[in-house]
Amino acid sequence: MSETVQKTTPLYEEHVRRGAKIIPFGGWLMPVQYTSIVGEHQAVRNNVGIFDISHMGQLIVSGPAAGKWLNTMLTNNTDKLGVGQGQYTFLLSEDGGIIDDLIVYRIEKGEFLLVVNAARTDEDFAWLDRHRPTDVDLKNRSADFGGVAIQGPRVAQLFHALFGEDVDLPARNHIVDLGLDGAKVSVARTGYTGEDGVEVFFHTKDAVKFWNAVLEKGEPFGIKPCGLGARDTLRLEVCYPLNGSDLSPERNPIEAGLGFFVDLTKPKFIGREALLKTKENGSPEKLVAFRMQAKGPPPRPHYLVFENGERIGEVTSGTLSPSLNYGIGMAYVSAPHTKIGAQIDIEIRGQKFPAIIEKKPLYKKS
Amino acid sequence: MNVPEDLLYTETHEWIRREGDKVRVGITDHAQSELTDVVYVELPKMDRQANAKEAIAVVESVKAASDIYAPVKGTVVEVNKALEADPGLINREPYGQGWIFVLKIDNPDDLKQLKDAAAYRAVIRG
Repeated sequence: MSETVQKTTPLYEEHVRRGAKIIPFGGWLMPVQYTSIVGEHQAVRNNVGIFDISHMGQLIVSGPAAGKWLNTMLTNNTDKLGVGQGQYTFLLSEDGGIIDDLIVYRIEKGEFLLVVNAARTDEDFAWLDRHRPTDVDLKNRSADFGGVAIQGPRVAQLFHALFGEDVDLPARNHIVDLGLDGAKVSVARTGYTGEDGVEVFFHTKDAVKFWNAVLEKGEPFGIKPCGLGARDTLRLEVCYPLNGSDLSPERNPIEAGLGFFVDLTKPKFIGREALLKTKENGSPEKLVAFRMQAKGPPPRPHYLVFENGERIGEVTSGTLSPSLNYGIGMAYVSAPHTKIGAQIDIEIRGQKFPAIIEKKPLYKKS
Repeated sequence: MNVPEDLLYTETHEWIRREGDKVRVGITDHAQSELTDVVYVELPKMDRQANAKEAIAVVESVKAASDIYAPVKGTVVEVNKALEADPGLINREPYGQGWIFVLKIDNPDDLKQLKDAAAYRAVIRG
C-alpha cells in the first residue's frame, strides 16, 4: 500500500486559523465542522452559510464540436443549455453505472464547465479524454481554480452587499461572471442544501480574499463558515444523492430515482441502451427515503432494512436530521417494497427500529 | 482540551471518577470534541456485569456511532437517564452532567491499570 498524500484547498490555512476540525475526505483535508454541525446546519436553514467546495473538480470542454460530443457523454440534454445555463447530469459507463454526477454549464457557445465530485475528477477526466474526438479540447483546471457555496435564505441580501445593489442575481441554474475587487468570479445559482444559494468559482489566488470578503459582508446576516458535516445533513434532508454512498458504478440513475436528469429521447449517449433496458424491465431495487418513527439511534450507511422480518434492502445514507429532529436516511430497497407510507424496520446493532418510507424530499420549507 | 487532574483515564477516552467502591464514567472533553454534536446515547442495562474494555454503551454523533467501554470489571449500578432527553449534555458538560454510567467495581486494584491526567494528555497529543 502506498501512502496517500492528502491534498489541501487554497482555503485550508483559513479553516485551520478559524479553528475548524479537519478530516480527510476523498483525498482532501477538509473542514468537517467549525463549531457544531447542528449550529452550522441551522445557520444555512435560517440565515446563510459558506462552504469551501474547492476540492470539487472543474473540467473545461471546448471547441466547435464540444456541445455535440458532450451530449453523447452525458445523460441530460446539453442542447437545451443556452450560454450561461447549467444542468444536473450524469456520466455513465456502457452498462449504465454512474461514474459521476455533476453540473454542466455552457459558459460560451462552444465552451462548457463541468463541476464534478472531488474523488472522481481524475477518473472523469480519463474517461472523457478516452472518448474525446480530436476537434474537442478537454482541460482539467481544478488545480488553478477554487470555489465556495454560499447557501441560505439570506443569500440574496448578501449577494447584493458583495456585488452591489444594482447587480442581478443569476436565475436558478444560471451562471454569470462578475468582478469583485479586481478578481473575476463566476457565480452560479446552484447548491446542495435545498436552500436558495450560489456557488462561486474563482482563481486559487483570489480564494482567501473572496472567502474573507464574504464572511465580513455576511456578518450582519448571521453567516457561519460551515463544514462537510452540515453539508451532508443539509443535502440528506432534501434527498440529494451523495456519490460514493447513494450513487456508484453499480447503480444507475433510474434506480436512484433520478430519471428526470436522463433524456432517453436523445438518439445516443453512453449508457442509453442499459437504461432503456432498466426502464423496460423495471429496476430490481430503488432508492427510497425514510424517516424513523420514534426517537432513537440515527440510521447509518450499511444498516439493513426489513419488512415483516424479510430483508428488503440496505441503507446508503443516514443521519439525525437537525431540522426534523428524527433519524432520516435513504436506502436501496427491492422494488415491490418501495411504496410511500410503507412500514419498514432498520436494524441497528441487532435490534429493529420502525421507520416509514416517505416522499422525497424529507424536509420542505414551511 | 480540559483534562482534570483528579480523574483517571483510558486510552479509549473514558474518564473515571472514584466514589468509594464505585466509579463514575463519562467521555473526555477531547472525545466529545472529536465526536461533534452527540445526538443519541445508548445507555448500558442496569445490573449488567462487564469486563474491563468491554463495550457497554454507544454514543452517537451526527457523523458516527462510537462504543464506550467499561474501564474496569464491575456491575452497572446507575445510568444517566438525563442523556436520553438531552444527549448534548455530553458536549456541554463532559465531566459533569454528561456522565454516562456508574460501575460498582470488583477489585479496586484494577484502577491501577488506568492512566492519570499526565499520561492521558500524552495520549491525546498523539
